[in-house]
Amino acid sequence: MGRYLLKRLLIAIPSLLGISVILFTVLALAPGDPFGELATNPAVPPEVRTALRVKFGLDDPVVLRYFHWLAAMLHGDWGFSFASRIDVDTLILQRLPATLFVIGSAQLLALLIALPIGVLAAMRPYSIFDQVTSTLAFVGFSLPTFFTGLLFILIFSVQLDWLPFVYRDIDATGWRWLVEQLRQSIMPICVLGLFQAASMTRYVRSATLDVIRLDYVTTARAKGLGERTVIIKHVVRNALIPVVTLVALQMPAIFGGAIVTEQIFRIPGIGSLLISAILSNDTPVIMAVTFVFACLVVLFNLIADVLYGWLDPRITLG
Amino acid sequence: MDEQGLRGLIADVKAGTLSRRSFINQMIAYGLTAPFAMQMLTYSGAAQAQTKMDPYKPTKRGGGGPLKTLWWQGATLLNPHFAVGTKDQDGARIFYEPLATWDVDGALSPVLAAEIPDLENGGLAKDGKSVTWKLKQGVKWHDGKPLTADDLVFNWQYASDPATAATTIGSYKDCKVEKVDDFTVRVLFDKPTPFWADAFVGVRGMIIPKHLYADYSGAKSRDAPANLKPVGTGPYKFADFKPGDVVRGEINNDYHMPNRPYFDSIEMKGGGDAISAARAVLQTGEYDFAWNLQVEDEILLRLEKGGKGITTMAFGGNIEHIQLNTTDPWTEVDGERASMKTKHPTLTDKAVRQALALLIDRKSVQDHIYGRTGVATGNFVNNPKKFVSTNTRWEFSIDKANDILEKAGWKKGADGIREKDGKKLKFVYQTSINTPRQKTQAIVKQACQKAGIDIEVKAVTASVFFSSDVANPDTYPHFYCDLQMYTTTMTQPDPETFLLQFVSWEVATKENKWQGRNITRWTDKEADDAFKASQTELDPVKRAAHFIKINDLACNDHAVISVVYRPTVQAVASKLRGAISSGWDSNFWDLHNWYKET
Repeated sequence: MGRYLLKRLLIAIPSLLGISVILFTVLALAPGDPFGELATNPAVPPEVRTALRVKFGLDDPVVLRYFHWLAAMLHGDWGFSFASRIDVDTLILQRLPATLFVIGSAQLLALLIALPIGVLAAMRPYSIFDQVTSTLAFVGFSLPTFFTGLLFILIFSVQLDWLPFVYRDIDATGWRWLVEQLRQSIMPICVLGLFQAASMTRYVRSATLDVIRLDYVTTARAKGLGERTVIIKHVVRNALIPVVTLVALQMPAIFGGAIVTEQIFRIPGIGSLLISAILSNDTPVIMAVTFVFACLVVLFNLIADVLYGWLDPRITLG
Repeated sequence: MDEQGLRGLIADVKAGTLSRRSFINQMIAYGLTAPFAMQMLTYSGAAQAQTKMDPYKPTKRGGGGPLKTLWWQGATLLNPHFAVGTKDQDGARIFYEPLATWDVDGALSPVLAAEIPDLENGGLAKDGKSVTWKLKQGVKWHDGKPLTADDLVFNWQYASDPATAATTIGSYKDCKVEKVDDFTVRVLFDKPTPFWADAFVGVRGMIIPKHLYADYSGAKSRDAPANLKPVGTGPYKFADFKPGDVVRGEINNDYHMPNRPYFDSIEMKGGGDAISAARAVLQTGEYDFAWNLQVEDEILLRLEKGGKGITTMAFGGNIEHIQLNTTDPWTEVDGERASMKTKHPTLTDKAVRQALALLIDRKSVQDHIYGRTGVATGNFVNNPKKFVSTNTRWEFSIDKANDILEKAGWKKGADGIREKDGKKLKFVYQTSINTPRQKTQAIVKQACQKAGIDIEVKAVTASVFFSSDVANPDTYPHFYCDLQMYTTTMTQPDPETFLLQFVSWEVATKENKWQGRNITRWTDKEADDAFKASQTELDPVKRAAHFIKINDLACNDHAVISVVYRPTVQAVASKLRGAISSGWDSNFWDLHNWYKET
């Protein structure tokens, strides 16, 4: 196991390096520059822009800039944002809590919805319940989050005036803080959570269906165990193996889904940071955020593999 | 309009037969700015009246609860000398203040200055080579230290040092600042400077404290802790800052103006898009103020029906205009298209330019696209010999355009496109990707078609079009096509920098890496001379005459065709008072006077 982990980690290094080279090249080749806004402002003399470019090393050859970046990165220096001139890691750490809170809660909500519904649907396949939930699930993952997000805002904020649609730092304390925080989080969490739940329900259902017909389940029933025990102890546990993998592998992807949701609800998260960095050609920030995504993909792949081995004894890692 | 005409108008203002406001409006029609027109009046002895605003009602400091404002791009920097755009200038303006600010009518109004310098109080030197500012006494930085003349001298040193790479350098590099006494500074110029109200005034005039920045001047400027935790003199003290997301301030109980500010805290939230920002103020009332709503007027009107807020317009110097290329963008000379060594094959014919000017249907553009957020204007094009009001004097006439082209010998070919000497009237017309602009392109294309001119429209992503990427041929300074359209902004309340776009030494070429301001590459000896003369002309009336001449020369020759004036649009909660944007200064220029009606 230890050897396997080490091997996988060693393989991850060249892939991450490759990813960073590609990211850097694409960003270097992309049009636009971080001081474009200065160019259209007649009160800012061109030499300021030139001085800034020199100061931030933008005129160096791409290869040189890449190695500068890599060397700094290896020292734990993520560079600083051209737009706000503060360190990128500070910027990311500022944004992380909101992202983790919203995405974590959404993922939790998705699981809470998907698990019972998926299992119940699999227990009675093609029943009315199964058909209704299947239809809803299809509708759910066909609707993009930017659409449902706007729909929620129009219904709950504009028409009913129940919930605020601008996510902000609450300046209250105690219970009031909690209530306000919940009020403003309901919509983004539901939008993301329901979207996730839709596809996950289908997954849980099919995974459970696969297991529920196996011989050992029949054996368990034949032993006279109650239906509840059979489902919870024997079916769900085994059916969860692929589901856990799915959840793990979806973690990085959900960051991507959150970009849109964060933008709609103005959540100060990683996704909206990435969007504004891209719009202002803020290379160090784009580089750092996308690189974090890349690391997450590699990391969660590894976690999924390890989890496989732990959940299913038939798989040996070596 | 010449000098004599201007003097006559000023006499009318003094006699009271012409209102100040209509004088200013007429000057704006000539491409001058409101502050510049105000300076003309002041210099000529028509006293500078403070703009009438609603009187400030609250009788005590604080107690107003939170003020919530929304920007669809959050502030990324809080050091005013680094500010890259309005969002940063606004974010910094919550905490920092200049000596004086430009109000709605372009009049100077003191903030940290004890008074506005003029000839009478001796603040302005007669030779135009210096201006003396007296500081208001008893002003304290948020950390309790007093504001003194040393802080001002330091700001000049800081901003004018090229190693600092301050975006405000343009306002400080050509002057010297010396301390007269603890509360007086003198700004010295090496030549007579008519536009003296630049350093320490408005968005580039915000003053940072010497005691926190002295160690971080020049190359170390990025490392200053105060860049992220501003300590200013403004109505609100720093509370929290997350770049691109939120700036928060809390009441400054030591503020130097009585009974101000009214709100206990301020929040400037960023992100999202313009439509939802408008919605948060106008429709749901979640926020009190939203900035620069680039939203179609139809939508704004619909949102306003909710009754929770209103939209206000700030007229600055933003003009959406079409440029006609005077050089040939389709022939490469020495590795450069649109080189000064070439001439545009068809656009250099004045008849063609006149016809194009007649084919821009500004009224439709206003009515169907911009609504209240873009006012049709054509005075630039029609060049009136005497004063007329701002919204007349432009014409849309397909018949006249056809007529002019016909007379000039441009005959319609078999394909319906006019040609002469084997050259066809086919143009590529580019702009940035932006719904109103693409709609305008469609309107122009249609009208041109009817006059036998073929227009191929092209749209470039805004981030590319407005970038300064030397290697990219699609940026607006390259102007590698026949016509292009965008909004040019007059960020400084003086037309000098603005009119650089019509002088010959500012032509954007490969040589200067397309950094020049003259994008149309239109040049004229007379315009050059008038510009040079204006630079040292102290008498604002004579100076204005020079500027008007440049403007008239360029417009009469159709180097540019103006389309609509574009005010910036703000959404303001119904009960919020004082939140009127000036168009020449930060949105927060008058923040200390904002309050809510209870």
